[in-house]
Amino acid sequence: MANYAHPEVLVDTAWVEEHKHDQGVRIAEVDVDTSAYEQGHIPGAIAWNWTTQLCDTVRRDVIPRDQFEQLMAESGIGNDTTVILYGDNNNWFAAWALWQMKLYGHKDVRLMNGGRKKWLEEGRELTTDAPSVARASYSATGPDLSLRAFLAEAMDASANRSKGFVDVRSPDEFTGKILAPPGLPETCQRGGHIPGAANIPWGQACNEDGTFKSYDELQQLYASKGITGDKPIIAYCRIGERSSHSWFALKYLLGYDDVKNYDGSWTEWGNLVGVPVEKGPQGGS
Amino acid sequence: MRAEDYQRRRQELAGWPVGIVSYKLGDRFICEIDNVSPGARVARAEGSTREEAERAAMAAAERRLGRTRVHDAS
Repeated sequence: MANYAHPEVLVDTAWVEEHKHDQGVRIAEVDVDTSAYEQGHIPGAIAWNWTTQLCDTVRRDVIPRDQFEQLMAESGIGNDTTVILYGDNNNWFAAWALWQMKLYGHKDVRLMNGGRKKWLEEGRELTTDAPSVARASYSATGPDLSLRAFLAEAMDASANRSKGFVDVRSPDEFTGKILAPPGLPETCQRGGHIPGAANIPWGQACNEDGTFKSYDELQQLYASKGITGDKPIIAYCRIGERSSHSWFALKYLLGYDDVKNYDGSWTEWGNLVGVPVEKGPQGGS
Repeated sequence: MRAEDYQRRRQELAGWPVGIVSYKLGDRFICEIDNVSPGARVARAEGSTREEAERAAMAAAERRLGRTRVHDAS
């Protein structure tokens, strides 16, 4: 897979076609549009709803460890299961799910390169039948907080310029021209970005068909904005799902060791009282 | 079942660039519209023809995109 540092975390659609019914493989679809699965999905795939199954529904947080274990068990996933994740919007929430699975120590979880879009565009088989799944036994570890940044760390890193911030939102969100992606609800009080952040929109890591760009292209993309892996990296967006996608590219495709997803993201920072905000293009004020 | 006659194009809607995807799934046509930058889904609609699905999705997308507020970024 294009000389990636960890090619084992990515599979292509042909691999999924060939292995979708293998014992020990579980495919899960995770969409922004949670109704997409019912339209048609990869045969054998289950679905996870990010709004109810992959986050704490009371406080703003990832799913708690005991609920994660329960979700895995109910999904027929054991600790040794190979889990393949895919979804719409070029795998935004599939990457978010992968990030959470890594937080809780799942060893073998992979993204299907190109996601749902590529599967559909290639005219591959779909079904509306949900598979019957036998319950498994699952024991999580962690959470591994080397993969997750909280506000205090983000504030310290911004103040000291000690880490490379990657803001993966669109240029218009980054500058403060808009407070949310066009057509979506605003979720913050202020526009702009975390001081010191580099704007590298998530989509720049992808080809037109939704697959990831090559290792060399990714390396050039991030290096052109000063992100080289020579210091720790924090990725963020609006709520943490787009940044999961870029976190995946930085952590596994480029192999940078210290990469965290700040899932509080702009919805947290842009609503705080008294924190510094930078507006305009990178390096602006 | 497979997605058939998958088509995608870009155009402008309510002043914003959008990506429009449409395809046939079973006996229905589906149209999905995203906002290109950042690529989030803005609308999705179904219809018995491609035109009907696109018309409905574009109407919904135009309504939503039209509500986007633009701020001074300086």
